[in-house]
Formats: sequence, C-alpha cells, structure tokens
Amino acid sequence: MAERKVAWKKRTDNTLIGGDHQRIDGVEKASGHAKYAADINTAGTLFARLLTFKGGAAVVKSIDTADAEKTPGVRAVHVFNGAGKEVRWDGTIVAAVAADTPEQAEDGVRAIKVAYEAKPHWVDEEDLPGATTGKRTKPLGDNKKGDVAAALKAAKHVHKGYYGITTISHMCLETHGSHCEWDGDDKLNVHLSTQNVSGTGGQFAGPLGIDASNVSITCNYIGGGFGSKFAADEWGVACAQLSKKAGKPVRLMLDRATELKIGGTRPSGFAEVTIAADAEGNITVWDSHHWGTSGIAGSTISLGQLPYCFDGIPNRNRKATGISTNTGPNRAWRAPPHPQLCAVTDTVIDDLAAKMGANSYDIFMKNLDKTPKPDVYAEEMKIGAKLIDWKAKWHAHGKGGGKSVKRGLGMALHRWGGRAGATTCTVKVHPDGAVETFLGSQDLGTGTRTVIAITLAETFGLGINDVKVNLGNNSYPKANPSGGSITVGGVSGPHRRAGLEALWKIYDLVAAKYKVKADSLSAKGGKILSAGKSVCTWKQACGLLGPMPLEVQGQGPKNDGLTSQGVAGVQMADVSVDIETGIVRINELVAVQDCGLIIDELTARSQVYGGLIMGIAYALSEERVMDNRTGRFINADLENYKLPRIGDIGKLMVHMYQPDSEYERGVVGLGEPPVISTGAAISNAVANATGVRVPVQPLTPQRVLEALKGGQA
Amino acid sequence: MRDRDDQNRSGPGFNRRDFLKGSAAAATATAMATQGSEEAAAANLKTNVFAAAAQNVTLNVNGKDHTVKVEPRVTLLHVLRNNLNLTGCKEVDERSADGADTVLIDGKTVLAGSRLAIECEGKKIRTVESLRRGEKVDAVVAGFVKHDAMQCGFCTPGFVVATRAFLDKNPKASLADIQKGLGGNICRCGTYQGITACALEISKGGK
Repeated sequence: MAERKVAWKKRTDNTLIGGDHQRIDGVEKASGHAKYAADINTAGTLFARLLTFKGGAAVVKSIDTADAEKTPGVRAVHVFNGAGKEVRWDGTIVAAVAADTPEQAEDGVRAIKVAYEAKPHWVDEEDLPGATTGKRTKPLGDNKKGDVAAALKAAKHVHKGYYGITTISHMCLETHGSHCEWDGDDKLNVHLSTQNVSGTGGQFAGPLGIDASNVSITCNYIGGGFGSKFAADEWGVACAQLSKKAGKPVRLMLDRATELKIGGTRPSGFAEVTIAADAEGNITVWDSHHWGTSGIAGSTISLGQLPYCFDGIPNRNRKATGISTNTGPNRAWRAPPHPQLCAVTDTVIDDLAAKMGANSYDIFMKNLDKTPKPDVYAEEMKIGAKLIDWKAKWHAHGKGGGKSVKRGLGMALHRWGGRAGATTCTVKVHPDGAVETFLGSQDLGTGTRTVIAITLAETFGLGINDVKVNLGNNSYPKANPSGGSITVGGVSGPHRRAGLEALWKIYDLVAAKYKVKADSLSAKGGKILSAGKSVCTWKQACGLLGPMPLEVQGQGPKNDGLTSQGVAGVQMADVSVDIETGIVRINELVAVQDCGLIIDELTARSQVYGGLIMGIAYALSEERVMDNRTGRFINADLENYKLPRIGDIGKLMVHMYQPDSEYERGVVGLGEPPVISTGAAISNAVANATGVRVPVQPLTPQRVLEALKGGQA
Repeated sequence: MRDRDDQNRSGPGFNRRDFLKGSAAAATATAMATQGSEEAAAANLKTNVFAAAAQNVTLNVNGKDHTVKVEPRVTLLHVLRNNLNLTGCKEVDERSADGADTVLIDGKTVLAGSRLAIECEGKKIRTVESLRRGEKVDAVVAGFVKHDAMQCGFCTPGFVVATRAFLDKNPKASLADIQKGLGGNICRCGTYQGITACALEISKGGK
C-alpha cells in the first residue's frame, strides 16, 4: 500500500474548502438565540454593579458599606480596594454590589461611603517635555545600525517630521464579565466572555482556593475580544466571591464606561523621524525617537520593529521613551503593535515621496527589497493599484483639486505571523455515520465552528451540516487561546489530521469487507468510492466500526505542511477632505491580502472588511480622551467615543490574494493583518489630497484643521 | 449611568440629582470631592425620591401576554432580558447610542433601554426572537447569514430588527437610504459591508 501522508487535498479536488460558506451558527446569532455570558439567566441570578474610582490617582482613606448591605434587594457586597489601597487610574473598581435587580444593585452602590486622599497624577501621553519634567519617563532603549551621519551627508533627499497615533480602547460590545454559579461549596460553573476557554479555569481556582478541576468554564459565544479577554480578571473572581457570599448565581459585566477605562487599551506612539534617500529614491537612512504610553507601566510601541516592514534600510538609529500615565493598562489590541508601527513608518515614507515629488506608489515599490516579502508585496500592489485605478487617479501631493473638497490617494503595507496555535481535538465517528468533534476552543466571530465543520466535511466527503462541532468548554481537549491570528490554523490542522486518521481506519474496514484496495478509496458525496465507483455509503462504512464509536485525537501544529506562517498585505485609500470643516470621507478602500490556504472565503473576506472598518475607526474618529486636570477619561461612552457607522465607510474592495503558491503554504492566520495598514493608507491619502501631513491619528476634524492652518495647503 | 450624570452637569442632562451632587462637591471643596460621599450626601437629601414599589405590569411580547412584578423605574430592556429571558436585545451602552437594544413597539423601532416597562403596557412588543420560528426564519435573518453580516454577533440582533423595520417602511430603499436609515446601530467588528449587501438585496437596490 502506498504510504499514507497527511496533507490537504489537491486544490482542484476540493468540494468545500476555498468556497463561500455561510457560518453554521449564523441563524443562532442573527435571530438572537445565541447565548453570551451577558445573557445567562439561571434561576435566582443576581445582578452586580460597580463602584469605580473617578479621578487620576488617590488613596482610599475609608470605605463604609454598611448602608449598602442594608439596601433593599442587596445580597452581597465585595470590596476590591479597601482603606489604605492606592487607586491609580480612572475607572479602578473599588467595590461591587450584587442584588436581586440591577436597579437595586445601583441603589447599593450609591449607598457606599468612600473617601479618598488625592495623589498627583499624569495622564498626558503625548507631552514628552511635560512628562520628563514630571519624572514620568523612562528610557526603553536605543540601538544603531550602519552610519546614519555619513549616510545623511551622502543622501539626496532628507525629510524630517513628527508622527503619532493615540491610545484607543478595545470597546468590546459585550463588556468583560461572567456569570458565576456554585454547585456545592467547591464546584464553580462560570460562563465567561473569553478568548481563552481552556486557560482560564486555574485563574479562578487559585484565588478562590479550590481545585482547578472543579472550575467549569463555558463560552459558546463572545461579544468581541480583540485581544482583551484572555484572563479571568479580578472582577471575574469577585463575581464568584459575590455568588458564594450570596448563595446565589451572580452575573457581573462591566458597565460601558468601566469597559472603556479598564477593559484594555492599545498603547500610543509619537515619533520624531528623519528619513533619507539617494537620488533614485532608495531609502538609506531611518532615524527615530518615539514615545508613548501603555498605562502606569510606562511602555510604548516596541523599539525593535521600527521602521516597520522596511527592516532592510541600511543605516538606522532608533530610540524609545516610555511615559507612565495614570490610565487603564494596555492589553493586546488586534495585531499588537503593528497598526501603530505602520502609522509612524509608512506615513514617513509617503512624506519622503512627496518631498521628492515622486509618486508614492513608485517609492514603496522601489524599496520593497528592504521588506521580508518583496515579491508578494509587488504582486499585491499591482492588484491594488488596478482595483483603485491608481494610475488614473494619482496626482502630486497637494494637487487634490476642488475648492473646498480635495481628493487624494494613499497606500501602506503590513505583515503578520499567524502561525497555528497549539490545539488538540477529539473527533468521534459514530457507527451510524454521525460525526462530532470536541475542543476547548472559542469562536470570536472569525467562524471557528464553521471552518472546523468544513475541514471535517471535506475530509469525510460529507456536508457541512453533517458535522457537529462542540467547543466553548474547558472540559474538552485543550485549545489555544484565540489571539494573534492562530485559531483557524490551530483548529484546522488537528482536524485534518484526526479526520484523515479516522478515514484511513474506515477505509481499511471497507477494503476488507468489500474486497477493494484501501488506497483506491476516496470519500465523496456521502459515499466511499473505489477508483471513482461507489462501494458503499458513508453510513454503511461507519456501520463496520461495530458498536463503539471511533475516536481519534488530532494535534497541532506539526511540520507537515498543513499550516505555516507569515503574510504580507497592501491597502490603498481614496479619500475626500473638506478643508473648511476638516471632515475626511472615505471614497474607496482596497485591501489585497494573502493568508495561505483559505478554508471559507466568505468568512475570510469578512475578516478583511472588518479590519478595514476598524481601521477607519482608529484612523478618523476613535480615541481615548484624557483630561490632565482631573485625570479622567472624558469620552468613555459610545456617544463620544466615536466609531464609524454604516454610512461612514465608503466603498470597500477586498481581494484575497490566492495563487496556487498560497494554497501550497497551508493555512495561515488572517485575523490581525487587515487592520494594520488602514490608518497609514488613509493618512497618506489625506496628505496627498491636501499637501499637508496631519501628524497624529485619528485624523479628527480638529486635527485636520490645525494641520491645514500650520501647513502650506 | 453615573458617568453620564457627572458629565452632563451643566448640559442638557441637568437634573435635581446632579444639582445636589454639585452642591455637595462644592461644600467639600478643600478635600477631594468623591463620588461616594457625593452620592451619600445626595442620598440623604432625596429620601423622598426612592423608587416606588414593584407592581404588576403586563406586557404583550411576540403575541403573548406576560405579567411581571417590577419597579416603575425598570426599563423594557431589563424586563425583556432579565425577567422574560429574551436576551436577543443587548445592553451595550447605558445611553442607548448603539441600537443593540432595538425592538419593535406597534411596528416602530424603539430602543428598549430608553423606555420604561410600565410605559409599554397595552402595546404590541416584538423582539428579534420572533423572526425565527423553528426552521422558519425571516428574510432579513436569512440575508444576514447569506452575506455574513456578522462576526461576534453581539450587535447583530439589534441590526436585524432595525433592518427589518427599515425595509418594511422603505421596501425600495436605495444604498443612500440604507446608509442613512441604519445609522442608528453600531458594530465594532466591522460588519457593515454584509449588512448593506443584505438590505440592498432585499430592496432590490431601490429599483
């Protein structure tokens, strides 16, 4: 018999993989039947509300919860930060109250008496001189490559500028939180809104003093995570403690303001950059000093990845300074910290092109030799340029036409890893032909369930709905946390391996029973075929298993070619800028994205559309606004923390770059990359339209008008 | 809620409670004004505005009458979600700026979080759950699935209700109509492309 080898099918043999497939949980979600942690209502469930600190920094002098405990309906009070504790940023939770109704819990919160002693605070993330005077800065390293001074002397074109991108929040629509219910004294059932079903049980068990084996974590649906929901969090543990105290189940979800303040942020970065090129436009120098904040820890975007994607620039100085601010701590925000790196690199390259009087496209193209994937970028740029009609639309910087409304083009490029995460699954094939799988994974909205069903259905020659996918519980085999674009690769590899192993066992049974050669068999359309001729149905084949189901474990990642890593990606923007109001409108955005083998192109495209729209948000409107006087996050609600709405996105065009060379790479993660270069592409388009760089994203009307006032438009 | 009150002190949201809180803060100007003590001071002064007792309210939801015992201050959203377990409408923002709590009252879209339950007696309330009966799903639900107009799915039910009501009223909506008419809802994952495609398909592009 020929050697059996784990691999994906030949591309042309696929009946499902690579097609457009509706997600299998789509109706559940769209009809409101999907249950999130925020929706769990077991009998007697209490509702928790939070008392949070509102200010920059303080010490809790005293806290008195006696009146809260006596408030009608209140069943338990939990103090997070009692007398003597420091509270170091706006939104820090001081206490929580659980009551029969949310309204009564709010009464309880209002009845808590707390006194603070104010401490000095600093929340300005951009003002480096001020932060230095206030002793809020720390050096985060510097390093050199080549000889910047000599190369600057030899350069033909030199540009110096200031760039930046502010802190934003994750703003999950389902806030962080959980529903906790005890089963006896030492068994805890948690419905947790989490990206980390398999890894959070112990985080409850430790602080609660129970065995990790006694904590059940369930998450069938999660209302957004974007990198901020990997932990049980102190409020998760507090939910369990409130539940224990009250002797009833408790649901504790952060309120919107607290979600924005402490549920996770993306660090900021501001940079002074000098860039230079020779007469042909080859970039020869990069010299940058950047700063920003990640919260009290005082970090900023990483030093080691600047200039982003163009690591091959021969002469380079770089230096970073962190600012410690009294602000909610950072968490991984989709593609950390690539959007910020891109925002302070590709804008600089675009300004260099403007200074040279060159077409930005040509300067990016010329310098691709300094990137990790020159060939892929070049192909993607050509496709993107065609889609947006770059050649016809291009004009020199500042020649955006129109009296009050100027139009412009911009582009940027990005990269990401996306290696498969470590996951195990148990695939069961029942004697009646039913197929199911179990794994402690989660579906963030990327379509995890659907890609698993497609993978197994393709392998067994079944329909997508013939596969039952069980995920979202930590009693299932361990799966990777979903962060870093590692889940689709993480789950598809093990399922292909387990599926093939199961199929081969079934082939052997069929071969023995029907006197055919096992290596002549294939599975298609619910049948087992030998050299293309039907031998038996899938059901009949599974009947040969005997009374017990066949159970196979799949693991990954392995170096067998099912998955790999590393993607490029190019985005282009066509915008209109109203120079009287400062309002930027998106006309068109183009994304060209590679990601290896695509399992479900419909959900893959959705990821890219979503990336573009999140990109529009942080490029144009979304930011955390801190008030340095009070230390408060002053726009912590959905009215003033501006996200684009359905009419704000313009025309979006997504091209999945998938020549056979991509298919042969196997599955590579896609979640992060499409959000990375959108901001820089939009900023570059605005600069092209107006001839003025709006240095800091988001490009709010105020920042646009300020830049125009100071510029040469 | 608490944040809104604080921020709107001199704005349109000015009310008695904020005024009291402001006075308390001014009185203790030397010390740091704190939420807790402000609230406590306000609470002492306004004992006469405590919530009225819970009472029976009968709501007609998805064609069925439900009687629940709730305080007059309780929103329709909380009754639907917490008392009736109809959790398709979501609590996303206390200001209802996002549309995830969209339901239909007598055929019109209403943000359930900004309506008191007692106001809704005698009215016909419909939630997203009514758009699916077993295997039968409404064309908007099916269209959202077909065009993958969802990712995490948390904003999706609100968008589905808003889209259903919008298309009922504007069966020949154009792209521009859709972009304006569905502007009351927010999605964080970025699913507007699919939602637009779904609505345009049902309205046949306005033609």
